[in-house]
Parts: sequence; C-alpha cells; structure tokens
Amino acid sequence: MRRLPLLLLAAALVIPLLVRSEYLIGTLTLIYFFAFVGQGWNILGGYAGQFSFGHALFFGIGAYTSSLLFVKAGLTPWVGMWCGAALAVLVGLVTGHLSFRFGLRGAYFALIMLAFAEIFRVAATNLDWVGGSFGILVPLRGHAPALFQFGDKRYFYYIILVMLVAACYGVRRLENSKLGYQMAAIRENESAAEGLGVNAYQVKLTAMALSAGLTALGGSFYAQYFSYVDPAIGFGPANSIEILLRPIIGGAGTVWGPLLGSFLLGGLGEGTRGLVKSYAGVHLMIYGVILMGAVVFLPHGVMGWLRQRGRRG
Amino acid sequence: MSSAVVLSSLANGVMLGGLYALVALGLTLIFGVMKIINFAHGALMMWAMYASFWLAKLGGVDPYLSLAVTLPLGFAVGYAIQRAVITPVLEAPEHNQLLMTLGLALFLENLALLTFKADPRTLLVSYSQASVSLGPILLSLPRLLAFAGALAVTLLLFLFLKFTDLGKALRAAAEERDGAALVGIPVQRVYAVAFGIGTACVTAAGAMAVPFFYVSPEVGNTLVITAFVVVVLGGMGSFAGALAGGLLVGVVESLGGLFVHGSLAQIGIFALFILVLLFKPSGLLGTPSA
Amino acid sequence: MAALEVRGVSKRFGGLRALSEIDLRLGDAEILGLIGPNGAGKTTLFSVISGFLRPDAGSVHLDGRELLGLRPHLICRLGLARTFQIVQPFPHLSVVDNVMIGAFNRSSDSRRARRQALEVLARTGLAHVADRAAQVLPIGLRKRLELARALATGPRILLLDEVMAGLNPAEVEETVAIIRAIRESGIAILVIEHVMAAVMELSDRIAVLHHGELIAEGPPAEVARDPKVVGAYLGEPFLAA
Repeated sequence: MRRLPLLLLAAALVIPLLVRSEYLIGTLTLIYFFAFVGQGWNILGGYAGQFSFGHALFFGIGAYTSSLLFVKAGLTPWVGMWCGAALAVLVGLVTGHLSFRFGLRGAYFALIMLAFAEIFRVAATNLDWVGGSFGILVPLRGHAPALFQFGDKRYFYYIILVMLVAACYGVRRLENSKLGYQMAAIRENESAAEGLGVNAYQVKLTAMALSAGLTALGGSFYAQYFSYVDPAIGFGPANSIEILLRPIIGGAGTVWGPLLGSFLLGGLGEGTRGLVKSYAGVHLMIYGVILMGAVVFLPHGVMGWLRQRGRRG
Repeated sequence: MSSAVVLSSLANGVMLGGLYALVALGLTLIFGVMKIINFAHGALMMWAMYASFWLAKLGGVDPYLSLAVTLPLGFAVGYAIQRAVITPVLEAPEHNQLLMTLGLALFLENLALLTFKADPRTLLVSYSQASVSLGPILLSLPRLLAFAGALAVTLLLFLFLKFTDLGKALRAAAEERDGAALVGIPVQRVYAVAFGIGTACVTAAGAMAVPFFYVSPEVGNTLVITAFVVVVLGGMGSFAGALAGGLLVGVVESLGGLFVHGSLAQIGIFALFILVLLFKPSGLLGTPSA
Repeated sequence: MAALEVRGVSKRFGGLRALSEIDLRLGDAEILGLIGPNGAGKTTLFSVISGFLRPDAGSVHLDGRELLGLRPHLICRLGLARTFQIVQPFPHLSVVDNVMIGAFNRSSDSRRARRQALEVLARTGLAHVADRAAQVLPIGLRKRLELARALATGPRILLLDEVMAGLNPAEVEETVAIIRAIRESGIAILVIEHVMAAVMELSDRIAVLHHGELIAEGPPAEVARDPKVVGAYLGEPFLAA
C-alpha cells in the first residue's frame, strides 16, 4: 500500500510515452490541473477549515497577471506566473486580514470571498486595458518553450504533473509540521486552540497566503494551456465552484482528496469548457447533483468514507 | 444633473428596493426559522421568472394573473425541497449545509441553461412602457406595480406570522426548536412550510419582476448576492431589517447607476456588503447572534 | 511577587454583576481552590484571567507582568494555561495529536512535540488511549485530556475548571494524585471544583466566591467553619474530609 503513490507516479510518467491518444493526454492533464488548484483550495478550506466560495479570485489574478505581462511587456509566463502568485498572495493577505481580524467565519467568510471575487470579475469586465468582457487572448507563438508555449500537449502534461507532485509533497510536509497541526486545531475548535497558544489570526493568514499563491499558479498554467482567459472564466462563481468541488468530493483536509475527487469527476469539465455554452450546462448540473449527494452520503468525502471503512474493518 | 433625474432615480431605487426586500424576506425567513443559508434562493426566483415568462408568452396570461398558478406551485416546490434536500443536513456541520444549497443552486441554474438556453429574454406586456407621473418624476408602471405587489405580499406575510396559528408555530420553531417540539409543534412540517413560504415570496418577486427585468439562467447569481447583501445589512432573521435593507440597497444601486456606468455599480453593492460584514455582521437592525 | 496576582477585577454582563472587586494571589507551586455555588462567577474569573473576557476594571499580573488586553494565545505563551468547564477537545484528532497542539506552545519541532506529548500522556494516565480519536473517549478521560493538553503547554500556572465533575470516586482520587504531582513539578494551580472532599484535601488555601464577590479566603479548615461560607451553601451538607 505504501508503494502505491510511487507506482501511480511511475504510471503517470510513462503514459504519454506509451499512449497515442491526444484525448487521453488532454483529459489527464486537466485532471492533474484540477487536482492542483483543488489542493490550493484545500490548504485553506480543508486543512485550516476556512471554506472560501470565491477562490476564483486568486485563480483569475494568476491567469490575468501572467497573460497581461506577456501581452503588454513580453515577459515570459515562466516568470509572470510567479508575479501572479505574488500578487495573489498580497490580495489574499488583504482579504484575509479583513476577514480574520474581524472574526468572520463559516458562511460569512465564504460569502465575503465570493464578494471579493465578484468585485474583480466586474472590474475586469469593465476595464478595457485588461480586455473587458472579451478577456485576453494569449498570442500563439507555436512551439516556444521559453514562452511557456508548446506544440505538443505532452509538455503541458508533464509540467502540471510536476506542479501537482510538488504541491502534494508540500501539503504532506505541511500536515506534519507545527503549522499543519495548528491549522487542524483551528479547524476543530478555534477557541480551544487559542487557549493553547495558537495564534489563530496568524495561522489562518498564512494558510490563506499559501492557498492563494498555489491557486494563482494554477491560473497561470490554465491561461497558457488554453491561451485564453476572460472575466467569467477567471473570476466567475462557476470557477470558484469547480475549484472547491474536487477536494470536497475527494475529502477536504487530506492530501489525496483533491486527486481522488479530480479523477472521480473525470474530465467532465474538460473540452466543454469555453466551448458551446449549452454543453457547459450539463456537466455543471451533474456537479450539482454530485455535490448534494456527497454532502448526504460522503460528508467527509471519499477519503473520509475510506477511513471509516478501514477503521471498522 | 437635474433634480428631476435624481428624484426619478431615487424613486426607481425605492421601487426596486421593495422587490429586493421581498426576495430578502424569503431568505431571512428561511434563515430565521432553520438557520439555513439558502444559496439556491436566486435560482428559485429565476425559475419562477421563467415560469411566468412562458405562461405569458405561450398562454397570454399576465404574470400578475398567473400568480394564481405560480404562487402555490412555488410554495409546493419549496416544501418539497425542504423535505428532500434540506432535512438530511439540518444536523450537519454548517459548511455541509452551505454546500447542499450550493449544489442545489448549481443544479437548478444549469438545468435552466440546458432547457432555456443562455440568451436573455424580455417580456413585453401591454404596460411595459407605461409610466405614471408624480410631479416632476416619471415612475415606470411595471416597477410601481411590483413595488405595490411587494408591499402587499410583505403585509400579508407579516399578518400571517403575527396572527395565525401556523405563523406563531413558525416563530416558535425559529426561536426554540426543541421547546417547540416539546409542546407538540410538528417542527419538520413547520420547517417545510417556512421553506415553502420563502420560495413563494421569491416566486411572487420573480413574477412581478418579469415585465421589466430580463430573464436568463444567470439572473439568479446576481440576485442571490444582492439578497444576501440585503439580509446581512438588515440583520439575518430580521423582518424589518430585510425591508430596510432592501430599500437601502435598491436606492444605492439606482443612485450609483447615475454616476457609474453599467455593471460597475454592482461593485458598490459588493463593497457595501464587505463593509457591513466587517463592521456590523449582525446587521443594522439585527441582534448579535451566537 | 506572587506568581499570579488578581487585583480589583470586576465584570458586568448587562445588568448582572458577575464579578466585584476580586483580589486574589497565587504563590509559586501553590494550590488555591476556588469554590462557590453555581453562578458565583468562578468560570467568568478564569475567562478574565486567561484573556477570553475583558473585565470592566482591575488588573491581572503574571510574575509582575500585566496580562490585561493580551489575547488568549499570548497569555498561554507567557505561561498560563486553562481548561474549560465544558470540555473542548479537538474531536477528530487523536489524543496524542490533541496534546501535541499544547506541546507546540514550547517547541516548533514535530518530533520533539510528539515526545513531550507522550510524556504528558504518561503522567496523566492517558498513554493507553494515545491513538484514539478524542470524540470516542468517555467523559472521565475527556476531562483528563483537557488537563493533559493544558499541561503540555509548559505552563507556570494552570487553571483547572471542574476537572473532576462527573467522575467516579476512583477517578477523582487519580486526578487528585495527578494534580499533586503537577504541583510537585513547580506549577502553581488554581482549581475550580464542586467535589468538596477533593478540593478541601488538595488545596493549600481556599477562596470562596458568591454572587461575584470573594466572601472568604484562607486555609481549608478555617474556611469550612466560616459562617458566611456555610450560609452561601445554605442547605448543603458540608463535609471536610
């Protein structure tokens, strides 16, 4: 059982070399992608217990920043994505400070994040220099690795795989660190945690910063993968939901949760995103049903269910 | 800017605010009774709008008249939703309750997207362009009717809660669930009634908005956020707060539209929301809750 | 200088006077028992001392350092830890993880924190349930966990709020022994307790709170004889062990 992660990783590494199907590569790429941004959300929502319904805020900041820097200043997205992450961290610190200083929790926190994301969405729609409602089209340069553009999809596959593995490793280390324990304490019982010396405000803010940065990196990847971002895709509520759905279904607060959730939901979103709107409705509708079902039957996600079975068995 | 324009805008804001208040009332009733935050509220209103729209388009029935059908239907749908979807999570942790109504909203919104397609629709009735003049101000008739309708429904709701047995049972269950159960109030059924009434409110609001509002699957999103702003502003669970908050938000949005173009005015609403959440999360009229 | 000094602390909740001009001193490695009828204000006093409530007047000093205005986590860092009357475990975390949270107050290294946690578990008789989830523990062990967690923070002063409530006599005896051992290690302890025999036996001094006022203070035997105290507990048979 302990070797499973390594086996899976080995499989993931060789699949593109053995398989011809572009469709499969693309589907897996998106699965890894959603697992990655889901892991970003997971740090704040799953581990620290602060559910955000507006994480598209950071996603959009990442996507827009790296794309704008490339389009306006010719800066390679390899650098631009870190600028986006830095900006997202800053915004996260501001929104986090406002929320946590004033003791916002639960539904109120979820909603305020949504409100912040909506502000950015509306602003982006109305500001012409970021493309307005048309968004930003990343100019295609063919195969240009230095500019984060590739002729072959396999490059993207490996890049996101590396990002995902790094994120999961980082979260695993976080889990066992002092910060990780303190985040769990806050999630379980914030007042008791405070009484034991945990600075809830600081811990939550740190979680927010990590979460924001990671999610933003995912946004930049997305922008390069699809060569396009607009206010709805970047900051929209549908995106916020897509981001939180995988970790919730898979099991919030676990390393495997976002991966499991992403594989289970398959590539339902892939390919249909940004295409014909009438198709976009179907997968979101199914998400709604799955979410409702998960809340009733898998309140701790699939990981929670697996653990319960393990305990009884 | 002439005073007539400002006054008209103000008047429009008040009328719009009345409608917002009605939407918020449904939301605050559900929260007050069950402590559930219903994310699907906007989606339900959107469906009510489509129902009124199609009854008018295909059957030629005016939205106000089709309320005879849509209102009880809305109540029934709300009742059913409560029993099927909300009851399983009444005892669940708060975030799961949120996710449940979020999932419902997702489902309803995209079902509409599939069924009706994304294009916004508008309904033109005989009085869509009519207006009433009040001194220098020109009041849009459909909005005026919606305002009057919203007030009427609000009054009816108030009387119901205050004077009928069922209304009192609702208030009892809201205040003290276990105590209410002990004295024989069928709490589960009362909850379902509350959700039904909340949905009925939003159905009425939807029907009344159709003559002057565009109908699209996304309309629920903006509406639910506006409704939340109103409810948080006025205080979760506060009747009077929903009214006051609704009027305030309607006026801010309308006046904001004078100075700022289009959807940017929405930012003002969100900013207001954030400010209220930060400084007075219990609302202007609400009491600080546990 | 006393380890803990409370001076003139008062607190109102609306029209209710929860605490009036409370003066208390706790010396090094001393056990002070805080007793009084229900609603006397004992837990409120704990909440004020540990930073969860702000008083209307008065001051609290830890080794001469003013605690008023500091947030609870800072007060814990400075060396004052409390338990809660209604236990507040981290329900889904294991017992050892629960205690580790406390241990992290003094160290940043996970392995060291775990070692310390296991030591504390051994001292408090919880080693056998180290890996169980906190929420499956019976009330007696939950109270013990509450105590262990606070102990793990490496306090100078421990505030124990009814750690023996709901325990059977054997458990009470065990807890008394544990508290004594804690005192031996140099920690000063303020104990709120209703289990009269235990608190009388354990405490060096007793302070009695009634309607938010300190009505008596002194050695247990003296306080037991004080007519004001007996009057406060009107009707309750009062036995000194």
